[in-house]
Amino acid sequence: MTSIAASLVSATGLVKRFGSFTAVDGIDIDVRPGEAFGFLGPNGAGKSSTMRMVACVSPRSAGDLRVLGMDPDLDGPAIRARIGVVPQSDILDNELTVRQNLQVYGRYFGLSRAHVRAKATELLAFAQLTERGDDPVEPLSGGMKRRLTIARSLVNDPELLLLDEPTTGLDPQARHLLWDRLFRLKQDGVTLIITTHYMDEAEQLCDRLVVMDGGRIVAGGTPAELISRYATREVLELRFVPGEQAAALTKVRTLTERIEELPDRLLLYTANGEDTLAAAHHAGVRPQSSLVRRSTLEDVFLRLTGRSLVD
Amino acid sequence: MTDVLNPTAPARTPPRSTGRPVGSCRGALLVLETMWTWYRRNWKATVFSSVGLPVLYLLAMGLGFGSQVHSGVPGGISYLVYIAPALLPAGAIQTAVGECTFPVLPGFAWSKMYFGVSATPITPGQLLFGELLWVGSRLVVSGAAYLLVALAVGAVTGPGILLSLVFGVCAGLALGAPVIALAASVDSDGRAFNAVFRFVVLPMSLFAGTFFPITQLPAWIRPVAWITPMWHGTELARGAEFGTLGIGPALVHLGCLALVFTVGVLLARWRFRVRLTS
Repeated sequence: MTSIAASLVSATGLVKRFGSFTAVDGIDIDVRPGEAFGFLGPNGAGKSSTMRMVACVSPRSAGDLRVLGMDPDLDGPAIRARIGVVPQSDILDNELTVRQNLQVYGRYFGLSRAHVRAKATELLAFAQLTERGDDPVEPLSGGMKRRLTIARSLVNDPELLLLDEPTTGLDPQARHLLWDRLFRLKQDGVTLIITTHYMDEAEQLCDRLVVMDGGRIVAGGTPAELISRYATREVLELRFVPGEQAAALTKVRTLTERIEELPDRLLLYTANGEDTLAAAHHAGVRPQSSLVRRSTLEDVFLRLTGRSLVD
Repeated sequence: MTDVLNPTAPARTPPRSTGRPVGSCRGALLVLETMWTWYRRNWKATVFSSVGLPVLYLLAMGLGFGSQVHSGVPGGISYLVYIAPALLPAGAIQTAVGECTFPVLPGFAWSKMYFGVSATPITPGQLLFGELLWVGSRLVVSGAAYLLVALAVGAVTGPGILLSLVFGVCAGLALGAPVIALAASVDSDGRAFNAVFRFVVLPMSLFAGTFFPITQLPAWIRPVAWITPMWHGTELARGAEFGTLGIGPALVHLGCLALVFTVGVLLARWRFRVRLTS
């Protein structure tokens, strides 16, 4: 089992404070070689602060942290040399060409000119940007810039790749292309740490994830484990015409053990959605529309924090 | 065999990363290399701002205004020759302040390029020294270009002017260091920079000895000129060109510039670190 192998990233009681504000409030994590590890949580949960500490660009306020077996406070440059970072927003040099962005960045990792030239050509192909290699960065689309940022983070063949909300703001096609590229990296044995507030992304990409809220880890496990532990197999969603939801709630309250009340709909957690829907009809509930679906990490999150992920 | 059972399991352990940390000097040189890559694409836009202004001063004040000035210039030399070496530190300081403000701010505030660099093995200190190296290189190039014009209009009397160029670069870097510390501290609008130009660089350019000796100033205001890097640079540059520079005063002037530079670098290194690794 891979769990025997040494951790790539391990944190114990990790804390990040900014003045009197505590962004990360004593978390423990343990990322194993070759896995895709996710931080799921809403904006402000402490995901990015954690990532910046792991990326050795933000000193921890308390606790212990080891990345690639080293201490970021002491060996920052040596750790950064071996990891790749995809920040939340694309930090590209708009006044250089696509290819130059890769080459210039690669040089910072102590790589020779010949090496970064060859690597840039390889990464342009990986990011499907070969035809745009000698164009300036500025006219590229959002998806292309994102792919270039990811390509650039790979210039040193990192053992660990940190991706902070890699697909935020991208259209579905661009997201799927990126996911495909991340799968390939994982196949090559690169360890991925991903933050996201998209459940589908977490379910697609992550072997294991932790749910963060208010700077703390509120749950952790594989996506399937989390769903089976914190949600039922199915969810019945009921939508009502405005004003009728409150009356309906009193009628369905006894049907399932757990009900979430959202502003625009009721979520009934049940082992069998169709049966519950029939029971609701029987109880005289007449929703405007209904939907039976599988539970997702969104439901897990709702259960753990009482809030939706994306507001 | 896990591959067959579980296709998402890692296929293999990746080879060790090719990246490695770089030495302090090498890191700064790599930052310089990036600036050079940028410059090769964009140099045309920078020519006028870095070479043009001192040349305009030389022509307007030296040739134009100087044609009306017949007395009071020490040593019986023409006014053109008198101001030619002093425009080296004056031009260098203007260029240095220009290069350490608006080109630096985007790295922190808009494009955030410096945050990209700080994710690599490059440290904030290496980034700072690379930027200062770049500013120094720009000062050497623009000073040399100015010298060619000065030579062409007969404003140069001897090879000592090459030493004036070096002193000019020293003066420019001395003020550039605290200014880059400021650029690493301000928010995104850069309003503070206008204050630096208006209340520091402009008065300095007018009253720190470039166009007339500060002995012409009222005695009570001379100490203000003494604390400006431009006055020390001017004394050094003019002394080198006219062979009037004693070793003692030279060391004092250089010491003052070194002091401003050192304090500026310490402040800037602290500000770079705070801004980039919070």
